[in-house]
Amino acid sequence: MSALFTQAFLTSLVLGALTAGIPLMLAGLGEQISEKAGVLNIGIEGMMLFGAYLGFLVAYHTGSVWLGFLGGGVGGLMVAAPMALFCIRMGLSQIVIGIALTLGAEGLTALLHHFQFAQSYPRLPAVETLAIPGLSSIPVIGPALFDRPPIVYLAVLAVAVTAYVFRRTQFGLALQAAGDKPAALDAAGVDVVRVRTVAVLTTGFLAGIGGAFISQIGAGIFVPFMTNGAGFIGIVLAMQARGRPFWVLCGALLFGACLSATTALQVAGVSIPTDIIQMLPFAAVLTVLVLFGRRASLPPALGTHYVRGAR
Amino acid sequence: MSETTQIGSDALLARRSGARRERVRLVAMALGPVFGAIVMSGLVLLALGVDPIAYYGYVVDRGLINPYGLQATLTRMGPLLLIAAGLIVAFRAGIWNLGGDGQFLLSAVVVAALGPLMVPYFPVWMVLLIGLLVGAMVGAVWSLLPALLKAYQGVNEIITTLMMTFLGVSFANVLVKLFFRDPATTVPQTRTLVVADRLPRLFDTTVSSGLLIGLVAIMAVHLLMTRTAFGLKLRIVGANPRAAIHAGLNVPLLTMATFAISAALAGLAGAVEIMGVQGNVRADWNPAYSLTVVPLVFLARFNGFASIAFVFLFSVLSIGGESAARRTGVPNFFTLVVVAILLIMLGITEYLDQRRRAAGK
Repeated sequence: MSALFTQAFLTSLVLGALTAGIPLMLAGLGEQISEKAGVLNIGIEGMMLFGAYLGFLVAYHTGSVWLGFLGGGVGGLMVAAPMALFCIRMGLSQIVIGIALTLGAEGLTALLHHFQFAQSYPRLPAVETLAIPGLSSIPVIGPALFDRPPIVYLAVLAVAVTAYVFRRTQFGLALQAAGDKPAALDAAGVDVVRVRTVAVLTTGFLAGIGGAFISQIGAGIFVPFMTNGAGFIGIVLAMQARGRPFWVLCGALLFGACLSATTALQVAGVSIPTDIIQMLPFAAVLTVLVLFGRRASLPPALGTHYVRGAR
Repeated sequence: MSETTQIGSDALLARRSGARRERVRLVAMALGPVFGAIVMSGLVLLALGVDPIAYYGYVVDRGLINPYGLQATLTRMGPLLLIAAGLIVAFRAGIWNLGGDGQFLLSAVVVAALGPLMVPYFPVWMVLLIGLLVGAMVGAVWSLLPALLKAYQGVNEIITTLMMTFLGVSFANVLVKLFFRDPATTVPQTRTLVVADRLPRLFDTTVSSGLLIGLVAIMAVHLLMTRTAFGLKLRIVGANPRAAIHAGLNVPLLTMATFAISAALAGLAGAVEIMGVQGNVRADWNPAYSLTVVPLVFLARFNGFASIAFVFLFSVLSIGGESAARRTGVPNFFTLVVVAILLIMLGITEYLDQRRRAAGK
């Protein structure tokens, strides 16, 4: 047992938690913004996957990590835009369109990947890290937390920014109202459709970057269907966090740790079939739902289309 | 509209023409999205540098015209109809059971493992019957957790059923690779149910009698939902859960029942696919039928008979698409794109129809 708790093991555990957790966090954060505004965004899985694909493609052709992440964000936006058009402007069912966008993104990315790379899976070069002086020399957590690609720090910063927007800005208030009582927001002279559109597009952008994180940093390659439910886990994170961005961060790291524990165990020489590893995050999600399901709270107007003047 | 006012004196005639127009409208609203999706998907093919006419021609030939293709299409319909039946029950009761793939796959794995073991001890008909029952039960069991969470905790079932599907797909692999593995083969898969012990074929064709099971199930579900008190109760729960509580209905119990029926039908589909078509389950096999049947059921507006037509259409596309994948180099993922576009087209049609009717008022 003592061999398990070497420094290398612990470092790989924390590192794994972060690498697996950041995409979940970005998805959860994005979903939280949508949900706050009253949109249940089932299409987030498709947004992540398209972001993963486009981010990989851009990084592969330009060789730039930053352009890759931008591409990922744009990829997410490309799936979020139809969602905004169909669900918020035209008022189609958020669930039906969400399923459609996820299925479409799955099929389209697999198809495009097939036509571009056939059966080959080219690998991206490793992403450069940015060591924060001082902090990165702390044993165990130093190299795992403070010697990471810069996008990691930005992602954590996004949590703080979201929390600030939710709490301290007019727009945060408008988001909340769009989910709680859209009619009141409308009466106050704010365009509900516009607020919700901005929310969904932001979700797409964040989820797309999360997807690009998976393909560029997590795996270094693009494989069809590679997000494998990360977006759906993001939805659960958003539900359980009850509107608080920092809880999304904590939850995501917890799920990330759960994912990486098994990988770290494999590093330590304990062999576990990959299928069991793949079950863990979902088992964890369900456990959380069983234990705290009743406490999950969602805005009253979630999933409903707002029509001005309708009762 | 003006036409109706002209002949407005003859009320009966007007009503009859109104009814006919309503029927035309329904057919147009069902077929419009289909044509739209075929055209849009054709554009996707064109963008990928594939000749859409040649592709669709090949799909129709291999899925519909070629006798072997047609038989494969009809066989494919069996499990799909069962899944559609399960979805109709759930959706009409307002429950989003999106976990059909997990329910289907786990049932398939358990039935595939159990079938060959029972063969030496029981007559074939009994093996098949037990297989079907076990399949239905496994499906229902896999929906128990989402059902309990929804009925008694109010946890959103979309999320929980999706999670159970991800969990179930991996779990099915664990079962195939670690527990039910056929020691005689090098690739991990379950033991194989020999052709003689599978569901009987219909007449002189290769069409599996799973098709009959599927047809019976979907018609039974249609009648259950439209003609019985139980179906009415479920529909009330679906239309307005609050009103259902005020009407004295035991909503949690009805929710549990809905999940059980819906998931049992998905499980039955798994059993039919294994005992009628596959014979065994290979590791990492997951046809993911359920999520692709969802749009078909929507297109049919939860109507059982209309669902049969759409499931047939999809089966042609799916069987033809599989042949076309080998021939034209367009992978089968293309069907996912078609289904996605179909769903969006359906939404747009609905939207246009609402606007047209609002304008007509």
